[in-house]
Order: sequence, then C-alpha cells, then structure tokens
Amino acid sequence: MSNSTIYQEQLKRIWAIAKKDIRIYYAKGPVVIFGIVFPVFLFLSFMIGRQLALNFMIPGLLGMVLFFTATAISPAVAPWETQARTLERLMSCPVTIQTIILGDILASFIFGVLISIIPVMIGLALGMTLTYPLVLVLAIILAAFCFSALGLIFSATPTSLPSNVMMLSSMVKFPVVFISGIFIPLNELPPWGQAISFISPLTYFTDIARRLIEGKGHLPIAVDFLLLLAFTVLFLVIAAKLHQKTMPRRI
Amino acid sequence: MPAQLRKEAYIMSDIFANRGVAVSAANLTKHYGQLLALDHISFEVKTGEIFGFLGPNGAGKTTTVRILTGVIKEDEGSASILGHKAGSLEAKQVTGVVPEMANAYADLSGWSNMMLMAELYGVPSRTAIERGSRLLQELGLFERKENLVKGYSKGMKQRLILGMSLISGPQLLFLDEPTSGLDVQSARLIKNLIQSLNAEGKTIFLTTHDMDEANQLCNRVAIINQGKIVALDAPEELKAATSSLHSIEVSFDGTVDPELLARLPGVNSVKKVGDKFRLYTADPGQLITLLVNYSSSNGLRIVSLNTLTPSLEDAFVALIDKGAH
Repeated sequence: MSNSTIYQEQLKRIWAIAKKDIRIYYAKGPVVIFGIVFPVFLFLSFMIGRQLALNFMIPGLLGMVLFFTATAISPAVAPWETQARTLERLMSCPVTIQTIILGDILASFIFGVLISIIPVMIGLALGMTLTYPLVLVLAIILAAFCFSALGLIFSATPTSLPSNVMMLSSMVKFPVVFISGIFIPLNELPPWGQAISFISPLTYFTDIARRLIEGKGHLPIAVDFLLLLAFTVLFLVIAAKLHQKTMPRRI
Repeated sequence: MPAQLRKEAYIMSDIFANRGVAVSAANLTKHYGQLLALDHISFEVKTGEIFGFLGPNGAGKTTTVRILTGVIKEDEGSASILGHKAGSLEAKQVTGVVPEMANAYADLSGWSNMMLMAELYGVPSRTAIERGSRLLQELGLFERKENLVKGYSKGMKQRLILGMSLISGPQLLFLDEPTSGLDVQSARLIKNLIQSLNAEGKTIFLTTHDMDEANQLCNRVAIINQGKIVALDAPEELKAATSSLHSIEVSFDGTVDPELLARLPGVNSVKKVGDKFRLYTADPGQLITLLVNYSSSNGLRIVSLNTLTPSLEDAFVALIDKGAH
C-alpha cells in the first residue's frame, strides 16, 4: 500500500471513530441540552443586571459556549472506553493511536461548531452587528479544533473513571474562562492580568469575535489567528505524545 | 540440477517456508514495573493450525496476545504476523481479534457494531453488508441485529464480538478465552465455528484454561507458566510425555494398607480417592496382574478396577508443577 492510500484509509477511519463517538456520547438529549444550558446560565449569572451592550455580550457568550462544548465530552471518551472495556478492541483494529485521537477530536469539533451556531443566531436575531461573517466562521472552526485538542490532553489521564477527568478538566477550564476576556475585555485588565490572559487560547478567539462583532479588538486579527493555530498544533502534539504513552496502560 | 533451476527451487522453498509461519515470536519479554510478565518466550504458529496457548491465570497469556495484536509493546524481542511486524497496520489488517473480557459498544445495535468494525478495517460497504448478515445468521444473532447490545445476554455479546472479529475476513484469528464463562450452547456454537473457520484455512491462536477445549480443538498447544513456555507439542504428545501419570483405580471388599500397595513394583505413588485407591504407574498392564495376585494372596476381592490415561489436564498440572520446582 502506498503512503497516500494509507493516509486516505486512516482518514476514513478517523471519520468512522468520530461517527461512533457522536452516536454514543454526543447525540443524547441531556448532553446537548447541558452543552447549551450550562454556559448560557453561567454567562447570564455574570451579565444580568449590568446594562451591557449586546455587541459586548455575544462575543463573550460565543467564546464560552464554544470553549465549554468543545471540551465537555472529549476528556471523558477515553476513560469511558476504558471502563466499558471497548478500548482494547478499538486499539487492535488497523488504526494508529493518532487516528483514534483525531476521531475523538473530530466528534468534539462537530459538537462545538454546531452548538456555537446558537449564540450567533441569538445575537443576529437580537440585532447584533457582524462584519466579515466568513472570518468568524473560520475563527470558530479553528478554535473548535483547538479546544477539542485541549480536551484530548485531559483525556490522556490514565484513569477509567470519567469523574476524575471531569474534575481535572473543570479545574483548568473555569480559571481559563476568567482570564480570557469573556467577562472583562483585555484592555481593561491590569498588565499582570493581560500577561496571564496570553496563556489562554480562548483569549485569542474572544479577541477575534470582539473585533468582528463589537468592532474593537486588543491584538491584530492575524496575530490572534496565528497564536490560535500555534496553540492548536501544540495541543495536538502534546495530546498525541501523552496518549501514545498512556493508552496502552489503560487496558 | 542446472543452477537456474536450483535457484528457482530455492526461491520456491523459501516462499513456502515463509508461508508456513503465521505467527513468529522471538525472545518476547515484557515487564510491568518489577514484575517480569514474559521472560524471553519464543514460538512459531504454522499457517492453518489451531494453536492453543494454555496457562494458569497470570501466566502471561493475555500479555502475549496483546503484544501480538499490537495493543502493547514488548520490552525486548520481536514478533511477526504473516510476515509483517506485530503491531503494524499491515499486521492488524490481516488479523481478527477477540480480546479477553472485551465488550462491543453497548449503546449501539449489534448491526452498528459490525458495520463500525467493517469501517475500521476498510471493508467495502457491499462486502460488509453481505458478510455481516451471513455472520450474524451463523451466530444466531440476525433476528436481534437491530437491538442495542446492552440488551444482549453474555453469550450473545461474546458471539457478536466473534462476529466483529470476522467482518474483515482475517487470515489469522486471536481468540483470548473466547468461551470463558459462557452457557453451554454459546460455547458449543463458538467451538463449532472455530473448527469450521479452521477448515476454511484460517489460522487460529486460542488462549484458554479449559483443557477439554484445547484437547478437542488444538493441533498444538504451548503451556506457559510464570512468563515462560514450559512445553509445546500436540495434545496427545504432551499426554504421552507424562506417561508416568497413567493410573489404575481399584477398590477392594476389605481394608488395605496403602503403604503395601505403594510397595508393589512399578507403582510411582498411591492416592486414596473416596473408597478407591489410585495407583500411578508407567506400566498399567503389569500392575493389573500384580493387583490380581495381591488380592488373591491376601484373601481380598476386587470390587472395581479402572485404568485411567492421563488427561491434558494431568499433563498440564505435571508440567506446571515441574516448572515451578
């Protein structure tokens, strides 16, 4: 088999794994409802009564929804498969570990992208302004991929208890939301706050959304995209390395 | 023979030599922390045979299967599957696997599980549908194919996993304890299927601790204990190798001192089993004559007398004990 045929075959198998994940873990009423309701309520609890403009609120809401949904299920897939004893069968199929994790990322990516349409629609329905919608679509796609890859870093924890991974991922996810310009724009943060915010990939997505919707961003949009891309590559490499090490230890 | 012909004959014999080996393991070694799970084991499985891998729990059976199926990596040594490196995509592609205690996806139907496997092995969809339907029919699951697996019984789940391992039409099958804990009907169905798959030319690597199963199914068996192979031969040869385990069970109508029976020539040991004595010997024929003489000279009557040939289980226990000492 030539290399290109092998890659083509592995791509098809990535899709097969993603479809399996979607059917088993994502396409469930409670998961979808929780995916939408949780970030919306968390967001409202901070924003209600503060007389904020719609164009300020929607980029924050979009960032939160995308970040929480793309990292909601993906960290738990590998522990679930360990617990349900389905992982060994999967690992003995002609797929690489990279194929398995890219399948998990793809499922999470699709879930994140689909759910993030909701805040955009709400915003548009309420009269939000949006310049360059295609750039926003591109940003959503890149960010959903980036956050899903982050979810796969969490899932590398070699445990069969999904609750352990969920706890670990929440410990990282909640602080990240607070330092990413969701509730307080970057230029209103003190210099040390800004310095911390640069270690969060969500910062760059929110910054792009603010520029396209609110009309003011902190960094040049190209820089935001580049840094988001850099984080995506970094997360992918880390996730692949970690799973390479921990996946055989799960069974 | 002209040089050209000699060369061709050499090439042909080389091809057949390669064709003859389905699994080759050389010096496989695996540690789990301080524990040495596999200690430099080497063996070959020939194409077309049912190869049994026997051993007590924790002997290293599953570790070996996991290395051969590419789920874990060996620390030392190497293994090849039909000429491909174990664990490579090429090796996995030609292999079907039923891992120990593995489950199908409980939230998918039996049919969806089969089709998922077909996709993961790159089976064209028309072939997958034809083969999947035929397999589910053979496994007695066709009527329930649209039901979620979580509603299946244990036997049904295990039959499904076997079906999933066959969807790609593999040349080599790894079955890790495929009938363990199953009802008689499912176990028999699986055993019959293993035999018919083998008759179609598939090579089967079967781990089990069920001696009867190994005895009925396997052309050759390897016995593994504490990470080492202690014996590798055909089941009958292994039994023959433990000929000292031939025994005679005898009971008398009066009291007999086992010490006296143990002193009869050719008796290796004596065990009291209920109201009978089991005398182990390499020569049962001679012992029968001695026992008849013994009973008549002591005024006893023989109530029952049976000769017992060693079972594979006897051979197994003897070999494991010998290895342990």
